[in-house]
Amino acid sequence: MVQNSTETEIPVINKDEKPPLLLSQLVFLRFKRHKMAVAGIFILIVMIIYAIGGAFFKTEAYSLITDTSIRLNAPSSLHPFGTDAVGRDILARTIYGGQISLLIGLVAMLVEVIIGVLIGAIAGYYGGILDSILMRFTEAMLNIPQIPLLLVLGKMLGDKIAPIQLFGREFSGSVIVIIVVIGSTSWMGLARIVRANFLSLREQEFVTAARCTGTKNRSIIFEHILPNTMAPIIVSATLAVANAIISEAYVSFLGVGVMPPTATWGNMLNGAYTYIETAPWLWIFPGSFIVLTVLSINFIGDGLRDALDPRALTQSE
Amino acid sequence: MEPLLDVKNLRVQFHTLEGIVQAVNGISFVVEKGKTLGIVGESGCGKSVTVLSVMRLIPEPPGKIYSGEVLFEGKDLLKLDMAAIQDIRGQKIAMIFQDPMTSLNPVLTIGKQISEAIIVHQKVGKEEAFKQTVNLLDLVGIPQPEARYNDYPHQFSGGMRQRVMIAMSLSCNPDLLIADEPTTALDVTIQAQIVELTKKLQEKFDMSVIWITHDLGVVAEIADRVIVMYAGYIVEEADVFNIFENPVHPYTLSLLKSLPRVDSRRYERLAIIPGSPPDCIHIPTGCPFMPRCGYAIEKCGLENPQLAYVEEDHKAACWVEVKNGRVE
Repeated sequence: MVQNSTETEIPVINKDEKPPLLLSQLVFLRFKRHKMAVAGIFILIVMIIYAIGGAFFKTEAYSLITDTSIRLNAPSSLHPFGTDAVGRDILARTIYGGQISLLIGLVAMLVEVIIGVLIGAIAGYYGGILDSILMRFTEAMLNIPQIPLLLVLGKMLGDKIAPIQLFGREFSGSVIVIIVVIGSTSWMGLARIVRANFLSLREQEFVTAARCTGTKNRSIIFEHILPNTMAPIIVSATLAVANAIISEAYVSFLGVGVMPPTATWGNMLNGAYTYIETAPWLWIFPGSFIVLTVLSINFIGDGLRDALDPRALTQSE
Repeated sequence: MEPLLDVKNLRVQFHTLEGIVQAVNGISFVVEKGKTLGIVGESGCGKSVTVLSVMRLIPEPPGKIYSGEVLFEGKDLLKLDMAAIQDIRGQKIAMIFQDPMTSLNPVLTIGKQISEAIIVHQKVGKEEAFKQTVNLLDLVGIPQPEARYNDYPHQFSGGMRQRVMIAMSLSCNPDLLIADEPTTALDVTIQAQIVELTKKLQEKFDMSVIWITHDLGVVAEIADRVIVMYAGYIVEEADVFNIFENPVHPYTLSLLKSLPRVDSRRYERLAIIPGSPPDCIHIPTGCPFMPRCGYAIEKCGLENPQLAYVEEDHKAACWVEVKNGRVE
């Protein structure tokens, strides 16, 4: 049975026995079972490597060189993805456009999460009149259709903000406008989810217990309740990246998003519009990059939703 | 000597759609330094509301503390602002709850939950807080406290979680510990352990304790003084010996009769109290216990008796003088 040397000690964890899985490990295992989500992660990583690593092979200046003598050239060894209507290299432009598109997706998501979580948490935790005001505001925002608002604000503010320098690149001011507008018009769903969760969580006894030990409201909101509602926020944030990329592509395609010469996958499509049949390489490459990225992010979101679902966690296997 | 906690004429109501719930109706009691007060009564008789009012944890609205004073070390807690209350919570008055399964945050490690209170109140660094937390866990009888510091609540059993809750409430060395049915969700052997632990720690830290329960057995174990509540009123108050040896109020009497006894005859059925407590929206005029009382006289239906001395240090609210189960 037990060996003499260990008999007097309090039994620690048996060496042959694995320690119980942490929640994060469990989520990882469950996520791995979702084949499409794993494929999504793989594709997304490839896209990120493409957009960032590609910059080591082609300079940004190269992506901006216009040479009308080689306009609308089909893919060749010199220009693997062909050239556009003013003779710019499409390969280089998808690299630098990819950086902008992914950046817009991520930063707009951050803006959305910050606004949505703050409003939802405050409304749900404090309740009462504050809740009513914030939720009526949320509903008012929901009533404004996002796309027309994007178009109007993009058109109005697109050229009002000076370009900024970041990561050794110059970003057109319209990038910031698009990020802010997308972020500040898409937080409502998240705010509602967070509010609903806060409403039920704030009645839990552990919140009363935390108040009993003199914990401040701010710390209860962010350290006690918020971690309990991370799962829907993570899923929502993932899908928000995809939505932001799509929204940017949409308005840029219509010509009021990010202003050329800064490339994005969206505004590259804008130029392709007139050459749909004659020069398909203009839209095939940026278009399929958008589709692949958005699709893979959506699969990842689905996978996370299943992996983080607490009800599913109780199932065996 | 000035008592640690002196509650005077506390009256708490809740405004609901069905009407005004008169949860606590002008009760007064004191808690002496280093002593234990047991509060006994059926569900819904205002025990928890009373102590939540002391902690200022009554949700307002719908709740409202209508009148009264809660003097703690001479200061009226009902008049303090929120910041001052937050300083008192945890540091001077701590509370443990009924269900240890839900009163710990499932996503934070127990070490974090305990050390947080220490950092907030004692303004010490993380390392010092870690040391104190490990000491506390050791004190409440958690084996291998360092190893368990980073464990989550779901990795503990019910009794262990209640020990963790006690460690958390002791983290800042409070003067008063309020225990709101801390053993109700636990089985009997664990109950006994928690009661023993509390008694030991009470002596060690020189704390006063308010122990809410509906288990008279536990009260006999731990309390020095007992108040019996019914429908938001105190119906009897005495030291623990008098409550068990010499109960005066018919309600206390019935409660005692409904306890299973080791020395009872084998096939004897447990006595029950007929009926159910009144909802606190429509409290009848007269004594609220009258409809269920076997000793009721005409006067009981007309006027609610006040709490009055029946003998030295023993108060009861009843028109009928009952001694040893007989009307005199």
